[in-house]
Amino acid sequence: MKNKQTYWKTNLKYLVILLSIWFTVSYGFGILLADQLNQIQMGGFKLGFWFAQQGAIFIFVILIFVYIYLMNRLDRKFKNKK
Amino acid sequence: MELQYWIWIAVGLSFTLYITIAIASRASSTGEFYIAGKGVPPIANGMATAADWMSAASFISMAGIISFNGYDGSVYLMGWTGGYVLLALLLAPYLRKFGKFTVPDFIGDRYYSNVARGVAVFCALIVSFTYIAGQMRGVGVVFSRYLEVDITTGVLIGMLIVLFYAVLGGMKGITYTQVAQYCVLIFAFMLPAIFISLMITGNAIPQIGFGSTGSDGVYLLDKLDGLHRELGFHEYTSGKKTILDVFLITAALMVGTAGLPHVIVRFFTVKKVSDARKSAGWALLFIAILYTTAPAVAVFSRTNLIETVSNKSYNALPEWFNKWEATGLITYVDKNQDGLVQYLADSQLNELKVDADIMVLANPEIADLPNWVIAIMAAGALAAALSTAAGLLLVISSSVSHDLIKKMIKPDVSEKGELIAARLSAVGAVILAAYFGINPPGFVAATVALAFGLAAASFFPAIVMGIFSKRMNKEGAVAGMVVGILLMLFYMTKFKFGWFGGGTEKDWWLGISPEGFGSFAMMVNFIVSIAISRFTPAPDTEIQKLIEDIRNPDEE
Repeated sequence: MKNKQTYWKTNLKYLVILLSIWFTVSYGFGILLADQLNQIQMGGFKLGFWFAQQGAIFIFVILIFVYIYLMNRLDRKFKNKK
Repeated sequence: MELQYWIWIAVGLSFTLYITIAIASRASSTGEFYIAGKGVPPIANGMATAADWMSAASFISMAGIISFNGYDGSVYLMGWTGGYVLLALLLAPYLRKFGKFTVPDFIGDRYYSNVARGVAVFCALIVSFTYIAGQMRGVGVVFSRYLEVDITTGVLIGMLIVLFYAVLGGMKGITYTQVAQYCVLIFAFMLPAIFISLMITGNAIPQIGFGSTGSDGVYLLDKLDGLHRELGFHEYTSGKKTILDVFLITAALMVGTAGLPHVIVRFFTVKKVSDARKSAGWALLFIAILYTTAPAVAVFSRTNLIETVSNKSYNALPEWFNKWEATGLITYVDKNQDGLVQYLADSQLNELKVDADIMVLANPEIADLPNWVIAIMAAGALAAALSTAAGLLLVISSSVSHDLIKKMIKPDVSEKGELIAARLSAVGAVILAAYFGINPPGFVAATVALAFGLAAASFFPAIVMGIFSKRMNKEGAVAGMVVGILLMLFYMTKFKFGWFGGGTEKDWWLGISPEGFGSFAMMVNFIVSIAISRFTPAPDTEIQKLIEDIRNPDEE
């Protein structure tokens, strides 16, 4: 029982961290702060525009694979305890 | 060789492939028909989800829409990819652990009520039908454009193909045809994109070419911004829409994606919980290949279009211009009789109209690619439309045969009877969808985009709270779903079809467009659900145990 609760709490912690990044790169950098970030030039891109049309999508993919890694590790840890 | 022959060969070969796969993997039980017997490997499921998800609109229209809207087109790019993060983190693993057949299954069991199940079936049918009619139309349009048959014939051919493999193969057949369709469509999309990128920037990777310089040494995006300013258009890299509206539309598309039944059900088809997470990762990776290329294609073709036509003599334009002019997708009227093409933002002086679809369709000719590439594009566009139509069809048929007949009307139906009912309702749904494809009611085009708002306003809160809140009960969830979907239907019919007194952009609540309103309706759903659940009894221990079980990934 104790195990289950720690498992769930750790899962929720991962969710909060990953979803904060998800929110920041899309709604934050791609929308709310886009005009400010557009003052910064990265290669041929204005940074805010790049986040909205490229960067956010790359980071979304990375976020899911990080979550897969974290949860597989967590699953293994709790299986061993049993 | 003649283009028409190439097209018939490419389309014929790809259809033979789909049908062969369907025969090899036909379903023999309801478990195989609804969820492919829970045996799909994660990478295959990722490809199938990607094909399921990317429709004819993603393939043909999206790059063009972005190319005409610049930064504002970002709502589609972020909105239609960010939803997979929500799916992977908040929904897919838990719904897979729950391990039944459909989304209404989950809602009905978790909220211990057939009323909740019925409301969920109603929402699933509304969302799926608005979507599938658009897909059948898409199939017809692609056929008529490439194979020179009329739209009705095109819809009928598409209908027969989908009917064959969806009815025979069920989810199992659909899954493996979708894997094949993904391969066809991504190859067809990337090939011309890579050549255009090489032609314009010298870099073979469109995502990098996008931020590179053209042959004149100026960054492509800076050049495009400059061209736009010159011709009076809005600067490409900044938006016209308000920040609030961009925010809300993106949110509605993201949450709507995560709430679409035909996408969710794909995660029921894998062996275990960890596979559900993996499939979501693969799905988004496969989708991202197209979604990060599309904005690059948008910029390449936009720049190329302006440089090719603006202030050039009409008689000296390249061949592809006249070819597409003949289809009516490009129109040119020489208003000031100077023989030059004036392409301007000012509609009084502008002489050129360009359909958004041109940006993808004309790519092979602009890059001067051989005819077989065009043939592969035709096969790719059909793959995109057919795969999405088949996925939706399955949701409709399982809603009827499983949720309505088996769970609500006639619980004692035999497995064999249910399978027959599933196949019959698939046939019924195809015929209805084909009818709407041939005689599209005016509202179809307007509502496809709004299907996301409907899904966001109805399913998403009920499913998420069903997993993450043990306190959420049937009263709260049902009230939330009903209020959410009615509010969304009200707003969309009011501002899109002029019901309830209608209204124009000025009357939008807080300046929110109907496309972005789904986010607002979703918030209302959450608030209503939570408020009502506080004043009504908590779910009993049976349900508490179900929730505990969903959260625990181990199969006992």
